[in-house]
Amino acid sequence: MRLRTFAAAAVCALAATTVMADKRAADTSPAEDLKTYRDYFQKRFPGVPLNEFGNGVYAIDNVSRDSWNAVEEFPPYEPMIEAGQAIWDARFANGKRLGSCFGGDPAQRGNFPYWDAKRKMVVTLPLAINECLESNGEPPLPYRKGRIADLLAFMSYRSRGQKINVEIPDDPDAIAAYNAGKSFYFARRGQLNFSCAHCHFESAGMNVRTDVLSPALGHTSGWPVYRSKWGELGTLHRRFAGCNRRVRAKPFAAQGTEYRNLEYFLSHVSNGIEYNGPSARK
Amino acid sequence: MAKKSIKIRAKLKGDTTQVKTLMTHPMETGLRKDKKTGKLIPAHFINEVTAESGGKTVMTAYWSGGISKNPYLSFSFDGASAGDEVTISWKDNQGGSDSASAKIK
Amino acid sequence: MTTNIKRRVFLKGSVAAGTVGIAVGAGLLAPQAVLAAWPKAAFEAKSIDDALKNAMGDASSSASDAIKIKAPDIAENGAVVPVSVSASLDGAESIALLAEGNAQPLVATFAMGAGALADVSTRIKMGKTSDVIAIVKAGGKLHSARKSVKVTIGGCGG
Repeated sequence: MRLRTFAAAAVCALAATTVMADKRAADTSPAEDLKTYRDYFQKRFPGVPLNEFGNGVYAIDNVSRDSWNAVEEFPPYEPMIEAGQAIWDARFANGKRLGSCFGGDPAQRGNFPYWDAKRKMVVTLPLAINECLESNGEPPLPYRKGRIADLLAFMSYRSRGQKINVEIPDDPDAIAAYNAGKSFYFARRGQLNFSCAHCHFESAGMNVRTDVLSPALGHTSGWPVYRSKWGELGTLHRRFAGCNRRVRAKPFAAQGTEYRNLEYFLSHVSNGIEYNGPSARK
Repeated sequence: MAKKSIKIRAKLKGDTTQVKTLMTHPMETGLRKDKKTGKLIPAHFINEVTAESGGKTVMTAYWSGGISKNPYLSFSFDGASAGDEVTISWKDNQGGSDSASAKIK
Repeated sequence: MTTNIKRRVFLKGSVAAGTVGIAVGAGLLAPQAVLAAWPKAAFEAKSIDDALKNAMGDASSSASDAIKIKAPDIAENGAVVPVSVSASLDGAESIALLAEGNAQPLVATFAMGAGALADVSTRIKMGKTSDVIAIVKAGGKLHSARKSVKVTIGGCGG
């Protein structure tokens, strides 16, 4: 699947052929986007079943898949699932537990992100967790790693098999949030002037140096992720920030409006793929 | 040391028990610099792992910091039965240690 | 002869290690005593020969098809390279695992005890593209195998 080396020249050539990026985000509906995404990636990587895209680059790169399989043999995130369960089970000072905000069921992954019409905002699972903590008089958890990642590992583990199913309601504010996420995805940024889409839509399967670029389809399925590079678990928004930094752009705040909208868009176009977090990546 | 730094899976297949174990440890080589301070991070790694079953030492491993963070080790041995215990113990270069047991399934 | 003496030292080291382990667990020994059994000179050696002399008692080995190394052709991340070594040699006593390109090549030694098969897997760090070398001691002799692993610099750091 090593198609080409990702060189500066290639980037310029690709930019000229961009289809979606040239359109305004509002020109296509969420349903059309979902179809465009699926069709594009399934045509680009024929024979890769839809659900397999939940495994990121390992869906399309057999060399790294071997190493990944060996790591998943006894995945480094296993102890964190237990640590997360301890947080889930722990009582707040007021005697309640986290479960009191989630109907007692940790398998919540498939219920997020969703559009909160009252507050006019996208609510993600980590945001809901911290809102639960704060409403019970507990301090919120930092969003990028550590205890929240452990907790998400436990909740995601219990949610495995649920499918991404983010429907955008017919509400102008919800569609505006979705479109803001889409615009973010296709907007050039940073000193390198790359958009998310340059690498993970148009150039998926190509190399940046020796890394194979993962397809955008399914990008939100496997979180939290134990990255070998981090040597620990991290959240989706931590990764967003890392990607932004790599193109030498200033990252946005984890769980701020920008990344929540981005997660909303990315989740919707990955609808139908199973949540399979926590997972291991290079 | 943090509790439960060792996870063990031991499975009997025919006469052979395959043991897979994952340890939580930073495995610092002592050659890496702290990105913020520029100072060397002191060596801190598991340097010895022993496995025992039925009162006998099955495996003794000596390691350097060249083993990856949160180390994985798998090995196989004959002579145990389902229900027997396998005990894994580690020691590190800073005097830390831990030990855990699991039943062979 | 030299080999045999060294081998005995190596084995004795393993036994002593068990005892020390218990003592440390009970809080009886100071940390520096822990290193007694760990072959420091072998792990700190910069060359393969020095490492092997100190770890296995000998530096000369013969290539053997009976040793299988499983490792990726291209390491996904040099910090975590899955490696498996198995040997179908009679009387295999110990395995040394080395990453030729590392500043300190010796990564691990495994001494097989009661009933243990010459079959281990772990994950190692590799600083650059080089061979992974497995040395298996069987019948007092050293047998070796190697497998090249490419270690590359990624682009998606993040």
